[in-house]
Amino acid sequence: MFSAREYVKVNSLEEAWELNQKRANVIAGGMMWLKMGNGQKGTIIDLSGLGLDQIEESEEEFSVGCMCTLRQIELDPGLEREFGGVFRESVRHIVGVQFRNGATVGGSVYGRYGFSDVLTCLLALDTYVELYKGGRIPLGEFARMPYTRDVVVKIIVKKDKRQAAYASQRNTKTDFPVIACAVSRKADSWRIAVGARPEKAEYICLDGTGKTAEELAREAAACFSYGSNLRGSAEYRAHLAEVYIRRLAKELGKEA
Amino acid sequence: MERTAKIVGSPVMKKDAMALVTGKPVYTDDIAPRDCLVVKVLRSPHAHALVEEIRTEGAKKVPGIVTVLTWKDVPGNRFTMAGQSYPEPSPYDRLILDRRVRFVGDAVAIVAGETEEAVDRALRMIKVSYQVLEPVLDFRTAKDNPILVHPEEDWKSLCPVGADNKRNLCASGCEKDGNVEAVLKTCDYVVERTYHTKANQQAMMETFRAFTTMDPYGRLVVTASTQVPFHVRRIIAHALDIPKAKVRVIKPRIGGGFGAKQTVVAEVYPAIVTWLTGRPAKIIYSRYESQIASSPRHEMEVKVRLGADKDGMIKAIDLYTLSNTGAYGEHGPTTVGLSGHKSIPLYGNAEAFRFTYDVVYTNRMSAGAYRGYGATQGLFAVESAVNELADMLHMDPVKLREKNMVREGNVMPAYYGEVANSCALDRCMARAKELFGWDEKFPAKDMGNGKVRGVGVAMSMQGSAIAGLDVGSATLKLNDDGFYSLLIGAADMGTGCDTTLAQVAADCLCCDLDNIVVHGVDTDVSPYDSGSYASSTAYLTGGAVVKTCDSMIEKIMEKGAEYLNSSVDEVEFDGKRVYRLDGSAEISLRDIGNRAMCSNGYALEVTESNTSPSSPPPFMVGMAEVEVDMETGAVELLDYAAVVDCGTPLNPNLTRIQTEGGLAQGIGMALYEDITYSPKGQLYENSLMQYKIPSRQDVCPIRVEFESSYEKTGPFGAKSIGEVVINTPSPAIASAVAHASGVYIRELPITAEKVYRGMNGKG
Amino acid sequence: MEINLILNGKKIKAQIRPDELLLDFVRAQGCWSVKRGCETANCGLCTVWLDGKPVLSCSTLAARADGRTVTTLEGVAAEAEAFGSYLAEEGAEQCGFCSPGLIMNVLAMERELSNPSEEEIKEYLAGNLCRCTGYMGQLRAIRNYLNRKGGETNGENR
Repeated sequence: MFSAREYVKVNSLEEAWELNQKRANVIAGGMMWLKMGNGQKGTIIDLSGLGLDQIEESEEEFSVGCMCTLRQIELDPGLEREFGGVFRESVRHIVGVQFRNGATVGGSVYGRYGFSDVLTCLLALDTYVELYKGGRIPLGEFARMPYTRDVVVKIIVKKDKRQAAYASQRNTKTDFPVIACAVSRKADSWRIAVGARPEKAEYICLDGTGKTAEELAREAAACFSYGSNLRGSAEYRAHLAEVYIRRLAKELGKEA
Repeated sequence: MERTAKIVGSPVMKKDAMALVTGKPVYTDDIAPRDCLVVKVLRSPHAHALVEEIRTEGAKKVPGIVTVLTWKDVPGNRFTMAGQSYPEPSPYDRLILDRRVRFVGDAVAIVAGETEEAVDRALRMIKVSYQVLEPVLDFRTAKDNPILVHPEEDWKSLCPVGADNKRNLCASGCEKDGNVEAVLKTCDYVVERTYHTKANQQAMMETFRAFTTMDPYGRLVVTASTQVPFHVRRIIAHALDIPKAKVRVIKPRIGGGFGAKQTVVAEVYPAIVTWLTGRPAKIIYSRYESQIASSPRHEMEVKVRLGADKDGMIKAIDLYTLSNTGAYGEHGPTTVGLSGHKSIPLYGNAEAFRFTYDVVYTNRMSAGAYRGYGATQGLFAVESAVNELADMLHMDPVKLREKNMVREGNVMPAYYGEVANSCALDRCMARAKELFGWDEKFPAKDMGNGKVRGVGVAMSMQGSAIAGLDVGSATLKLNDDGFYSLLIGAADMGTGCDTTLAQVAADCLCCDLDNIVVHGVDTDVSPYDSGSYASSTAYLTGGAVVKTCDSMIEKIMEKGAEYLNSSVDEVEFDGKRVYRLDGSAEISLRDIGNRAMCSNGYALEVTESNTSPSSPPPFMVGMAEVEVDMETGAVELLDYAAVVDCGTPLNPNLTRIQTEGGLAQGIGMALYEDITYSPKGQLYENSLMQYKIPSRQDVCPIRVEFESSYEKTGPFGAKSIGEVVINTPSPAIASAVAHASGVYIRELPITAEKVYRGMNGKG
Repeated sequence: MEINLILNGKKIKAQIRPDELLLDFVRAQGCWSVKRGCETANCGLCTVWLDGKPVLSCSTLAARADGRTVTTLEGVAAEAEAFGSYLAEEGAEQCGFCSPGLIMNVLAMERELSNPSEEEIKEYLAGNLCRCTGYMGQLRAIRNYLNRKGGETNGENR
C-alpha cells in the first residue's frame, strides 16, 4: 500500500524542485498510478497551486501546463481546431471521464508508461517538454532520458500545420491498448509513433515520397521493436502496427 | 379464496430500491461498529509450501495490534467452506490456517488490530520461513500425480462422490444410458472436439466482507455479505469447533454474489478473532484478494463426441469433463455434474449418452460456485459441438436444433429421468429467430470493407433448486391493523427476492404489496432456508410462501369464525375480511389482527417449508451477431437477442434485468475475461485493471423477450431465472465468429489475436 | 494535517493524514454512499465531484480537496432521488452497490452534455462498471430521465 508522511502544496517551482531532490519525495499529478504502488513516500509534492492547469495558445504553439487533466486536452477547442480529433481520439478510451478528470498530462508524460496513449499521440507531433531546470527539450529526447529529479512544467506542441490521426486496438474498449499508433504528416514528411509495443512509445520520421500507404506502413512498422505481454504477442503487435499505420496514412490522404 | 396473479407478473419496484439509489448505509461495511478491529490475512507467496517457522513477536509489538494468529492457534478439525446442505458433497479439506499452503494467496496468518495502518505494518513484520514444494499447476497432469495437494490423513469426504485425496481426486464418476460406443459407430457423422473454459471471477462489485461481535448471551454474531446465512452458521461452528447454538448470522444488503458468496470465503477470519478476543472485528477483502483468493468458476476442459445421422438427427452424446477445483474442493463434486446434466438433455432424441468426469486438485486458487455452476462450461462445449456439427452438415444450426431439441413432455434420461413438464424451448427458438432476423443474417455477410458479419445460436437450460434436497421456508405473522410480516431465510443479494416473494404472498393473501413487510435473513429469527443458490429462491421459497399463505388463510378463517360465533365452513375470507356466507356478519382483517392481541390463545403465525422432488428446468435461446475485422481478427459484438422460458416471470422488470445482466456476464466470459498464471502459479489477472469485465461500451444492445411455459409445481407457474441466462453467449458468439472468419475458437476468451492466428493458419 | 473544504455545502475543517484518500475521508465524514469497488481506478463506484467535476475519490488525496468543494450523493440528495427513482422503476439498481457512483456521474453528464446520443452516454459513463444489470436497464432509465427533463422544459409546447 502507498503511504506518505507529508503533503506540501508548494508556492513555487523552486520549492517543488528543492523538495523533489530527495529521493523519498514525489511529485503527485493525478495520483492515478502513484497510489497503486507500494511505495512509502516521504513528502508528496503538490503543484496544483501554481496555475499550471491551463492550456495556452499562441501564434506558434500550444502550451499545456503539467497539471492539465487528460479531460482538458480531450475537450480543448484549440487543440481540436489545430490537430483534428487526434487528442480526443488518443485519450477517450482511457478508463472513464472520472479517471481523465484526475490524470494529468504532466504525470502521463513524466511517467513514460509503456501503455501511454498520451505519449504516443504527443510523439507524433512536434512536441517539447519544458523542465524547470533542464529547459525545453524535444519530447522524443525526454522519453529516452533516464528518470531525473527535475520538474516537468509544461508540454509544448508546435502549430506546424501538421495533420495527425490516432488509432488503437484494445481487448475491451477502456482497457490499455494492445497497440497504439499515431501518425502525422506535413506534405509528404511523415512522423509515426507506436506505443504499447508494450514498451514505451517511440517515433520515427519517414519521407513518404513515391510510396504507397502500404509501403509506408511496412517500412514504418519494421522500424520498431515489439514484445509480448498479457494483452498480445510481439508478432501480433508487429502485424497490428502495420495495419493501423497504413489505415491512418490513408485517413490522412495517402493513396493506396 | 381464489388465487389470481395480480401483483405477480407486474413490474413493481423493489422494496429496498429507494434506499439503495439514495445511498443509504445498508451494506456490511456501512453498518459495522466503528470500533471493529481491522482483520487482514497474510497470504502465501508460494503455490505449494510448508510453513517451517513463523515468527510473530515483532508483529505483535506493533502499537495497536491485538492478536496475530497462525496455524498453531486454530482448531484442528478439517471443514469445507462450501455453502451446501449437510453432509456436504465437498470434502472436508481445510483448516482456518494450515501448515501446508496450497496456492499463491493461501492464508498463512491472521492479524487483527485497531487500525488498518497498524495491521499493514504488522503483516510486513511477520517472518515466515517456507519449505517450498513443487506444485501441481497443470490440471491435465494432476490426477495420479506423485505430488499430492492433500496428502493429509485427516482429509475426509462425507459423500460417495468418487473422491480420493491420494490420487488428487476431488470427485470422479460416470453416468450413462444406452451403449454410446455402439450408437456412435452407426452414426454418419461424429464430431469430436475439446473445449476449454477458464476460472472466471464473479467480480461482484462488493467484495467479500463480514464483521463479527459478541452478544450479551456470549454468542458470536456474524454479519456477512453472504448468500447462505444458515450454512455460514454451520460452517463457522465447524471451523471454530464450537456449538452451532453459539452462532448467529445476519445478512444485510448485499452488493452482488453470483455464487461467489455461496462459499464462506472471508467470514472465518473475523469470527475467530472475535471468538478469541471478545472484540468486534471486521474483514473487507481488497479487490486483489477477491481476485486471487476467492471462489471463481471451475476451469473445465470438456471433450465432446457427438454422433448424428445424415439428416442431422443427434443419436449419441459422449462427454468427458475434467474439472479443476484448485487447492480446495469447494463445490468441486457438484459443479462438474451440471456440465453433463444441463447440456445433454437439451437433445431429446439421442439414443445413448455417457457422461464421465474427473475433478482434480491443483495448486491454484480454489474454485467455487459461479452462476451457471458447471452448466455454463458444459453448454459451451456441447452447444459449440452442435454448431460445428451443423457446419459440417452444411445445415442451418437453428434447423438442426429444431429437429433435435427437447420438447414439452419428453423424458430427459440425462436429467435424472425427469420429464420436461413445462418447456417452451421450441417457442423460444421460433421467437428468437424472428426477433433477431436469423434467416436474413445466417450465416455471414461480407460488408465489403474488410469486415465480415456472422451469426451464431445456442440453447441453454438450468434447474430450479436442487431436487429432493433444498429446503425453502417462509414464516408469516398477522399483526395488529392486519398487516403481515413475511420472514424468509432466502438471501436477497440484489436479485429482489424480498420483493418477489412478497408479491407472491400479496396475491395469495389478496392484499396490497405494502401490507406485507419483509424481514431478510437472521438465523435467530428467519425460518430455515438452504440459501439463495442453485436457482432456488423464486421456485422453492416461492412455493413455501404459497404454502404458508394457505395455512395463514386457514388460521385467519378459524379466528374470524370464532369472532363471528360461526364454524369455519360457514365463513369465507376475501383478503380484507372474514364474512359469513349468508351475509349476516363480518369482521375485518384489521379487527382480527387487533383483537387477537388480547385474550387470545391461538397464534396467527405460520411457518411452512417446501422441497421439491424435481427441479424443473428453465430454457432459453440466444443469438449473437458479430463483425470480424478480417485483417486484425478484432471482434465487435453487434447484436444479442435472447428469448427465455422461466415459466411465469414473477416480476418482469427483475427477470429482464437478471437476463440482461447474465448475458453481459456471459459476454464477458466469451470475449474478455481471461485467467493466466505465471510459471510459479501467480495469477496475473489480479485486479479489475487486468481482469477485464465488460464496460457498457463492450456490451452490445441486448434484446430480451419471454416465451413462458407454466410450471404446475412452481408458485404461479414460475421456474427459475438466475442462472440459465449466463450460458448462451460463449457458444453463440464462438459460432458467430466461426461463421464470419472460419475460425473455431475452443478456448475462451475469444480474443482478436486468437481469431487472427486462426485466420492465418498460426493455430 | 489540517484541511478546509466545503463538503456537500457545509464548510468543514478536518485533521487528515497526508496520504489519506478522499474516499476514506468522505466515508469517515458520514458520506456512506461512496463505495470502494477496486484499488485500481477502474470501477467508478467511488465517484464524487471535486469543484463540480466527477473524479475518483479512491485516487484523489483528501489533501487535494483543501480549499475546494466536494460533493457526494448526500449533497445532491433530491436530484439523486429523482434520477434514482428512474433506475428503480426499471429494476436497474439491482444490488445497488454501484448506483451512487453511477448516479453522480449521470448527474455530472447531465450538466456537461446537452441532449447526449446513446454513444455519448455510453462513453461518458464507461468508467462506471456494473456487474448485475448488463447496463441495458440503466440506459433505459437514463433515457427516460433525460426525456422527462426535456418534457418539463418544453412543457409549453405540448
